Amino acid sequence: MATVQEAPAYGARAARKTARETRRNEAQAHKRLTSRTATIIAIVIAIFWTIPTFGLFVTSFRPGADSQTSGWWTVFVNPGFTLDNYSEALTSGGTALTLGDSFLNSLAISIPATIIPISIAALAAYAFAWIDFKGKNLLFVFVFALQIVPIQMALVPLLSLFSRGLEINGTAVFPGFELRDVDHSFATVWIAHAIFALPLAIFLLHNFISEIPTEVIEAARVDGAGHGQIFFRMILPLAMPAIASFAIFQFLWVWNDLLVATIFAPTSSLPLTQTLNSLSGSWGDRWYLQSAGAFISIIVPLIVFFSLQRFFVRGLLAGATKG
Amino acid sequence: MSHTLTAPPEAPPEQPRAVASQPGRRAATIGVIIAAVVLLVALVALFAAPAVEDAPKTTLGFSLNSFFVWIGNLNPLVQIPIAVVAFGAVVALILLVIEFAPRAGRGYFWMRLVICFAVPVLAFMLLRPYQNAVLYVVGIALALGALLFFFDYRSRAGAGYFFQLVVFLLPAAILLLLGLIYPAISTIYQSFFDKSGETFVGLENYIWTFTNPEGFWSVINTVIWAIFAPTLSTAIGLAYAAFIDRARGEKILKLFVFMPFAISFVGAGIIWKFVYDYRQGEQIGILNAIVTLFGGQPIGWLDQTPLVNTFALLAVFIWTQTGFAMVILSVAIKAVPTEQLEAAQLDGTTPWQRFINVTVPGIRASLIVVLTTITIASLKVYDIVAVMTGGRANSSVLGFEMVNQQQRFQSFGHSSALAVVLFLFVLPLIIYNARQMRKQKEIR
Repeated sequence: MATVQEAPAYGARAARKTARETRRNEAQAHKRLTSRTATIIAIVIAIFWTIPTFGLFVTSFRPGADSQTSGWWTVFVNPGFTLDNYSEALTSGGTALTLGDSFLNSLAISIPATIIPISIAALAAYAFAWIDFKGKNLLFVFVFALQIVPIQMALVPLLSLFSRGLEINGTAVFPGFELRDVDHSFATVWIAHAIFALPLAIFLLHNFISEIPTEVIEAARVDGAGHGQIFFRMILPLAMPAIASFAIFQFLWVWNDLLVATIFAPTSSLPLTQTLNSLSGSWGDRWYLQSAGAFISIIVPLIVFFSLQRFFVRGLLAGATKG
Repeated sequence: MSHTLTAPPEAPPEQPRAVASQPGRRAATIGVIIAAVVLLVALVALFAAPAVEDAPKTTLGFSLNSFFVWIGNLNPLVQIPIAVVAFGAVVALILLVIEFAPRAGRGYFWMRLVICFAVPVLAFMLLRPYQNAVLYVVGIALALGALLFFFDYRSRAGAGYFFQLVVFLLPAAILLLLGLIYPAISTIYQSFFDKSGETFVGLENYIWTFTNPEGFWSVINTVIWAIFAPTLSTAIGLAYAAFIDRARGEKILKLFVFMPFAISFVGAGIIWKFVYDYRQGEQIGILNAIVTLFGGQPIGWLDQTPLVNTFALLAVFIWTQTGFAMVILSVAIKAVPTEQLEAAQLDGTTPWQRFINVTVPGIRASLIVVLTTITIASLKVYDIVAVMTGGRANSSVLGFEMVNQQQRFQSFGHSSALAVVLFLFVLPLIIYNARQMRKQKEIR
């Protein structure tokens, strides 16, 4: 345990030193390489990119009647704010669920649908990276190429597989699940998300795992560790940056997904995106509710992003930036 | 256990591994092969035989389906830990099996024998009642066992090597096979049949795709999306990343542009519907407010044909994806050696020349990654169209139209044909990338 505690202290010292040097270098580079016009253009882009969100954000705090009759920018001369939109949005909903219910559904969908594909992909990525077998490269390219299959293409057959099962010549090979009538069933959504995430997850994790130095693995083998131990005790901890960064992406994708959940989830298990969509569908003009609902749906991705930001690109880019 | 990586003490020392060249082993290998072939043939024959009506079904009282039904009746928040723990237990079991598989000795022999039978028993137990389940279990267990022992005898990499490999890859293989490979084949097959899926219609669905206005416009729009979405969002993302590189407040400036990427397409759709809002009199959508400010007539952006509404939707997509391109390219730009830039500066180049001749070649690999990723995403786009126009006024795209055909019109033939066309659009991209991957491997 001692080594484990020492490591961050040493790491922090080294990191501070590196940060100091980086800052000095950057200050020098800054003088030489940036120009005023570039900064101004960048700020203009940033403003353009923020205005749409900002407009809806302001609307979400304006009384319903106000946002119906005047533009959100008039709030600067004629202010008027309320929190009612948020409480009303949480308890009103689309066709079947309130926004609050579907918020919980979204959580219940996203968390397992992030963990399941990453674990499975990590196992497969390890095999591709560290176990030699005939046709390995070909098989790996094939798995990567499965990204070719658009989700839309897999929906119909997968749906019938889940509901009716698979039969070969009248003999049931896979009997299917009967989950349509189960109240909060997410199983099929988890499985579907896991499947669609696999090709990319295997590809990215493999890139990272295969860059781990051979000596590390060899040393463990000499010490008598089998593949199971190597995977659990060395690969998983070492690949954490990659796993974390892909987990963030996968979580964002699943949380933000509309299509997969709409197809696979029973009515009472629909996620936030679906309720948000039907909210705007059935109340075409209630901007104050939609805007509040939209911001409720944005909260979780933003929390995830801000808290895990430092893992973000590091793991995802392993292998991609080289060459 | 955390201090070293040695094997647990109870594990016996590894015994010499089996080698194929020993004479007794060869006979055994042949015997095993014959047995396996016979069993496989028997199994295939069993599946091919006509199903017996009302044959008794064997059940073990518990199944994957009953687990899913049970968990599905719980509160959504309670389901999260249960699902994670249950899945974690499965992964732990897999790792345990992997760890113990290659060991030799009598205990492990029995363990593997048990696994051979446990796998089919578990599989059938989990997959609900079956007819003739016992027969299947015995058959599969024998075939599995024979296969394992055969590969162990043959293997030069040591006993259990094949077994480990299979267990590592099996979960992913099953999911990909059931969820992507089988559906892809099935969709291609379906696209040659009519609505009911029973009458063969040849290329009729494809002809429909290119002649019917909905199909035709979704093809045209998809091409437009695939051309403009990646180029524009990458160009803006690259420009922004280059402009704010090493500028003061870089992190905050990045966040402004990155934030839309974290917003769902549904959320983005609502945000932009508000921007595009169209009404007579006082405007509440900012775009028409600007138009009327300059004395113009308000425009219904999402109903404007031809192509105006397509670009209005495209703008939303670009708005979300630029942040992604910017973050990735920004990291790549920082990896370009400063010395190269300084050397170029000493040669008297302008910043623009430095950018084109030093930075861009330096980030080429990342540019390809970003362009491909966004192109694939733009080809598959569904949510934006569904939320903002629902395919109205010729704004449909392939990814949306195929779901539309399937959900609203129950027209599986048309929907499958649209999916196959989409598939054909993605194909060249993946081939190109697979080739790039090969090249990179060779360089290393």
